Amino acid sequence: MAKNAIRAKIYDSKLPKAPTGIHGLDEITQGGLPAGRPTLVCGGAGCGKTLLAMEFLVRGIVEQGEPGVFVAFEETAEELTQNVRSLGFELDDLIRQKKLVVDYVRVERSEIEETGDYDLEGLFIRIGHAIDSIGARRVVLDTMEVLFSGLSNVAILRAELRRLFRWLKDKEVTAVITGERGEGGLTRHGLEEYVSDCVILLDHRVINEISTRRLRVLKYRGTAHGTNEYPFLIDDQGIGVLPITSLGLTNTVSDERIPSGIARLDTMLKGGGYYRGSTILVSGTAGSGKSSMAAHFVQAACRRGERCLYFAFEESPGQIVRNMRSIGIDLGPFVKKDLLRIHAARVDQFGLEMHLAMIHKLVSQVEPDVVVVDPISSLGRCDQTAATASMLTRLIDFLKMRSVTTFLTCLTSGASAELERTHTDISSLVDTWLLLRDLEQSGERNRGMYILKSRGMGHSNQIREFLLTDRGVELSDVYLGDEGVLTGSARQAQEAREKAAALLREQSIDGKRRGLDRKREALEARIVALRKEFEAEEEEMRRILAEERTREEVLRADRERMGVRRKADTTNGRAAQAQRREMAHEKIAARGEGEAGRNDHRRRRVGAAAVRGGAHAKIHRRLRQPQESV
Amino acid sequence: MAGHTPKSIAAFANLKNLCEEHLAGRYRIEVIDLLQNPQLAAGDQIVAIPTLVRKLPAPLRKIVGDLRNTERTLVGLNLRPQVEAGKADA
Repeated sequence: MAKNAIRAKIYDSKLPKAPTGIHGLDEITQGGLPAGRPTLVCGGAGCGKTLLAMEFLVRGIVEQGEPGVFVAFEETAEELTQNVRSLGFELDDLIRQKKLVVDYVRVERSEIEETGDYDLEGLFIRIGHAIDSIGARRVVLDTMEVLFSGLSNVAILRAELRRLFRWLKDKEVTAVITGERGEGGLTRHGLEEYVSDCVILLDHRVINEISTRRLRVLKYRGTAHGTNEYPFLIDDQGIGVLPITSLGLTNTVSDERIPSGIARLDTMLKGGGYYRGSTILVSGTAGSGKSSMAAHFVQAACRRGERCLYFAFEESPGQIVRNMRSIGIDLGPFVKKDLLRIHAARVDQFGLEMHLAMIHKLVSQVEPDVVVVDPISSLGRCDQTAATASMLTRLIDFLKMRSVTTFLTCLTSGASAELERTHTDISSLVDTWLLLRDLEQSGERNRGMYILKSRGMGHSNQIREFLLTDRGVELSDVYLGDEGVLTGSARQAQEAREKAAALLREQSIDGKRRGLDRKREALEARIVALRKEFEAEEEEMRRILAEERTREEVLRADRERMGVRRKADTTNGRAAQAQRREMAHEKIAARGEGEAGRNDHRRRRVGAAAVRGGAHAKIHRRLRQPQESV
Repeated sequence: MAGHTPKSIAAFANLKNLCEEHLAGRYRIEVIDLLQNPQLAAGDQIVAIPTLVRKLPAPLRKIVGDLRNTERTLVGLNLRPQVEAGKADA
């Protein structure tokens, strides 16, 4: 309870603040300028004091509904109106609506003679009248120091200024007083002595021939504030201050994977792509295909309907679109649909902090899902490396906080020792680091790609050959052999050799098979020939048998005829003849049996022959019968 | 002037004496109190109080202060050549 009460009290007693509406400044000052008190804005010539003051007024009118008075000591109302019109501020309208009064106070020394005592009550009356006429809550005095050149009595001026600021406080208007930067102090005439609540310092510095605007809250009584120097931009929307600091590692993480746009790479990154909101770095030598990988990623994101912001530091938007078309990636339609915004800027155009500021601003405006910075290495060119690393750290932190997936490319020098370290030493900040490297071999240069690291996911350790085709990036296996990694035509040659060897093996198997076939044919031919031979032999045998029989018949017939002639005993003669015939038959059969034992084949044949032999016996009987009947 | 402050009263008295002495019958003094007509301050570009504005004859001249130094006032009003500064247009 007590604690809460104390906290409530602190909250109540908090300094009331008047929001400036200036992008970033309210964040640095934690809410705006001290309400009802004067603030001193000082800086050198052309650093944007008047503009800051004017934006404070205009935004106060438009956004906070607080009318304002601009007391100009240097420019007339017309000049001012013209000057800020380019930033989109229409002072004429605001004046007509009685929300703004621009009072030009001219103090011309040549017109003025001083004699005796005086005060600046006239100025007070003018300001007071302007404030009262529109009920102003905000007042700008730009630049008070002109009074010092118009009037010579410094003692009176100092006393009157002190009174003026007191008076402004009493009127409870939030005032911005601008002052020219002096040599000894913050302002030439020591205005900081009188305005002690809040002092903002503007600076326009040139480092390495590149100018950067910076803003710093030097002092802010009664409140915490950012104390760093912050870069700021002046563009067609006014001032933008960029409180870009390392915000710490408190970003929410996502488990969602988003495809890289290259199918094979997704496989290599086990689980299908990068983590959403992670930082991906592709480093490689010139022409190794970094931008192409970025284009793939952008294309994949745009196809999912996500917004992409592409910061190109080396090519113009048109050039990128044209070049990517040559590898089959057409980004043109996405640009037209405003899914893809390509922002091209030369690195030397402005300082490192300004680049960061510009990226910061565009990211806040576009609110992309994917940001590509191509390449980050060129950023290192315009400043010292330490500054680049710090800038990139803040950039990565900033994008991480917004869960923007960041794709960075980095150009590395050719030496192999240099490959695995980036120019800007940010390797420890990135989540996924892909390395593209040249593989030089047998007189040609090929691209190889591998995943150096990828936090929070398993990934392939293989080198893949990285091919840029007219259908985009293709990753193919490299040949790993005795001679090491082979890529390009060496790989193709190796593949051809392997193919040839396979063909050769196939051919020899074919040959063997054909040989076997021929052997089988030959064997069968021989079998046929043998059979033919056997058949011929068998035929011969039959012929011999037939001849033998015929001869015997003839012999018998002759004998019988001789018997008839000799009138021999027929019966006896006949019995002896029959006996002789039987014996001859048995002899032939026995010979057939002996031969059959040698070979089945033959046995069959011989068997048949035996059957035929049986037939012979029949014939024999038939031949005999007519004789018996005789 | 802005209200009847001692400085304003002194300035008016000094001016009156000066005019009577040097421009008797040939002058007209208009006293403007900015407290009553604050909008006139912007028109005549008045910052300091009191301020004497010589409108006619041209050129426009302004003398700020209580006009205690008659010589300087006369120089300021272009009524006397400013010998020291080499001004010879009187």
